[in-house]
This record gives sequence, C-alpha cells and structure tokens, in this order.
Amino acid sequence: MAYKVIHYINQFFANIGGEEMAHVTPEMREGAVGPGLGLNKEFKGEAEIVATVICGDSYFNENVEEATKTIINLMKKYEADLFIAGPAFNAGRYGTACGTISKLVQDKLNIPVVTGMYIENPGADMFKKEVYIIETANAATGMRKALPKMAKLALKLAKGEEILDYKTEGYILRGIRKNYFADKIGAERAVDMLIKKLKGEDFQTEYPMPEFDRVAPGAAIKDLSKARIALVTSGGIVPIGNPDHVESSSASKYGIYDINKVNNLTGRDYETAHGGYDPVYANEEPDRVLPLDVLRDFEKEGMIGSIHPYFYSTVGNGTAVRSAKVFSEEIADKLIQDDVDAVILTST
Amino acid sequence: MVKGIEATGIPVVHICTIVPISKTVGANRIVPAVAIPHPLGDPKLHIDDEYKLRRKIVEKALNALTTEIDGQTVFQ
Repeated sequence: MAYKVIHYINQFFANIGGEEMAHVTPEMREGAVGPGLGLNKEFKGEAEIVATVICGDSYFNENVEEATKTIINLMKKYEADLFIAGPAFNAGRYGTACGTISKLVQDKLNIPVVTGMYIENPGADMFKKEVYIIETANAATGMRKALPKMAKLALKLAKGEEILDYKTEGYILRGIRKNYFADKIGAERAVDMLIKKLKGEDFQTEYPMPEFDRVAPGAAIKDLSKARIALVTSGGIVPIGNPDHVESSSASKYGIYDINKVNNLTGRDYETAHGGYDPVYANEEPDRVLPLDVLRDFEKEGMIGSIHPYFYSTVGNGTAVRSAKVFSEEIADKLIQDDVDAVILTST
Repeated sequence: MVKGIEATGIPVVHICTIVPISKTVGANRIVPAVAIPHPLGDPKLHIDDEYKLRRKIVEKALNALTTEIDGQTVFQ
C-alpha cells in the first residue's frame, strides 16, 4: 500500500489569495492541492497525499501556538506516514511556518518530514539542524526542480533507507557527523590535502570551521535625553509615489528621506513599497510601521535628545542578504558621520 | 540590516513581529511588535488607544537602548 502523506502549503499556493488573505486560519482539504499534485506524480504510486493543510502565512507566524495545535489535531485522524511542507523558496514567513510545523510533526507524531527552501530563507537557518530541508531556488520557478528531490528524499525516509550526504540528496547541510571507515589514515589525508593546497588545487576540508555570524551588542545609551535617534525600516515606507523606485521585492536599493520638518507619517504623504504584506494598514497610517509621531512627541517632551533628520528605508522581501549587508554598511557610515547615538529599526 | 549597523558600535533595537527570525538574523535588542502588516499599531483600536499602544512599544524600545546587555535579549 502507498505511504500516506500530509502536505502543508500556504494560502498563496492553495490559490486562496496573496497577502490580503495571509490571515486565513488552518484548514484541511482531502487529497492534493497545488504543488501537491506535482509531488503525487513524483511519488509514482509509492506514496499519495491524503490531505493538504492550508494556513495563511501571517496567521501562522502571529499565532504559532494556536496554529500548530490546530494543525496537529487536524492531522491525527489520517495516521499519515510522511509529512511534507512547502517548498517555500525565499518566502520568509512561509519558510518559518514550514520549518516550525515540520519540526513539530516530527517530534509529536514521530513521522519523517521533508520541507524545501532557498538557502537564505530565515526558516532554513532556524530549522536546518532539526529537519531535512531540500535546497531550492529563490522563486517558485524552481518548483519543477525542487519537487523530485523532495519526493525522493521523503520516500527514502519512509522506507527507512540510508540518507546519503547533503550534496547527493540535495538537502541543506544539517551539521550531523557520521562515522565511517576511510581508506587512508588521517595523517595521509591531511598531507594529501596540504599538497593540493600548495598546488592551488581544490580540496575539501573534513572539518569546516563554524561560521559565527554575530555582532556584539552596542553599548547602552547613558543619557537618552541627549541622544540622537535614527529611524530605519525594512517595511518599505517611502514618500507617496516611491520616488526612488525601491522594488516591492528583492530590493536593490534603499531610500533616504528628509523628515526634519515632518511630525508624523500620514497616508497622504507616505506609503509602503513593500510587496510582502497586506499594505492597507501601512498606507492608511505609515506611523504603524515607522513610529515618527510617537518619537516626535518624545523629542518634544525631552525624553530623547533629537531625531536624526533622515530616515532610511528599504523593502525586506526576499531581499538578498548580501544586498542588506551593503545597504546597512552604507547607512551605518552616514549615521556615524552624523553623530547618531542609537537606531530604532522596524520590520514587518 | 541590524547587524550591519550594530557592527559599527551604534546600538540598534529591532522592533519586529516574528521574534524567532530576529533572533536568527542576530539582532541583540529585540522588542516584539503587534502584527506583520501593522507592527506598531492596531487598526481595530480607536485612534487614541492605538497611539498609546504605539507609544508603549517605542518606550520599550528606548528602554532597551538604555539597557546594558551581554547577548540577545527580548524586551517583553
């Protein structure tokens, strides 16, 4: 008999809607939906999606406990053998949801799980140690390449077959060490590696150094009433008409906007350029994303010294980590030149 | 973004809705927000109450900036 699979997707891939429907609560549908149809083909009769869980990305991330509890309960009666989530590509909330629910299903229902994401999806870093995440392209155009890998790995897990290394299977490195008998002793392997290195040839280390990509916290502000505070956002707040054409996703730039004479960000003069969340509330009242009104009042009340006369804004929606790094380094240079003491950075 | 700025020594407080993402990317001072499409507001509230809510969150953020920390800290 074919393995019973439950598949998790978001509102977008279930064709319910985009950001305006990201609030929908979990629902269970019999059979395969959307990308699940593709997975079923890849299973070639060895497994079949018996049900699909659909949940809005915002709902899931804003109500993690409730959402996961509901989903686990909805799943129980199916007695599934396998769980697959996504693939989420570079969609941050979707990736986080896929990772969270996969790990929970693995822990609570004790069945194998597989999900799929782009390597820069925040969900990948959060869950790669705990669950198998097939590495995908950064957009849904990579669906055709992702599904066969996900289906293959899932079937292997269900059958209890040996899972090979991450490169062969296509999952994101989990950092799990496995003992094996090598043909050569360590000393020989080390010398071979050294010779390759001396010759300038490619070699593969057996012990990659962990990357500690962390920065130390900046020192606390001693006297807030003298401090100059700057506002920065990845929520895409820009003057109406988006004069710098900051892209709604995968932003390649950021904007610098003069707020020297502005007391609050109104929907008449500002809006969001962000394409990754429902813009209705931000467009109505941009202070909901970048709280200039409150900060202006704190300035008047003498609680803070002053507000830096410019705010910096980009769109954090599928934006490459390396772009964000460049933006923030450039912004930081400007902040230092202008003697800014501290930054409030808001994200949606 | 947070890390790029904080690397210079300027303290940054990150106001965001999905705290686990903020932790993963390496923010040090984290203040949880209301919801993804309106992190510092709530359209269901009366405008005065919404302002109060926003004021409370920004106050928390300023408090975070004046607090000495050793590592990642979520200011609830």
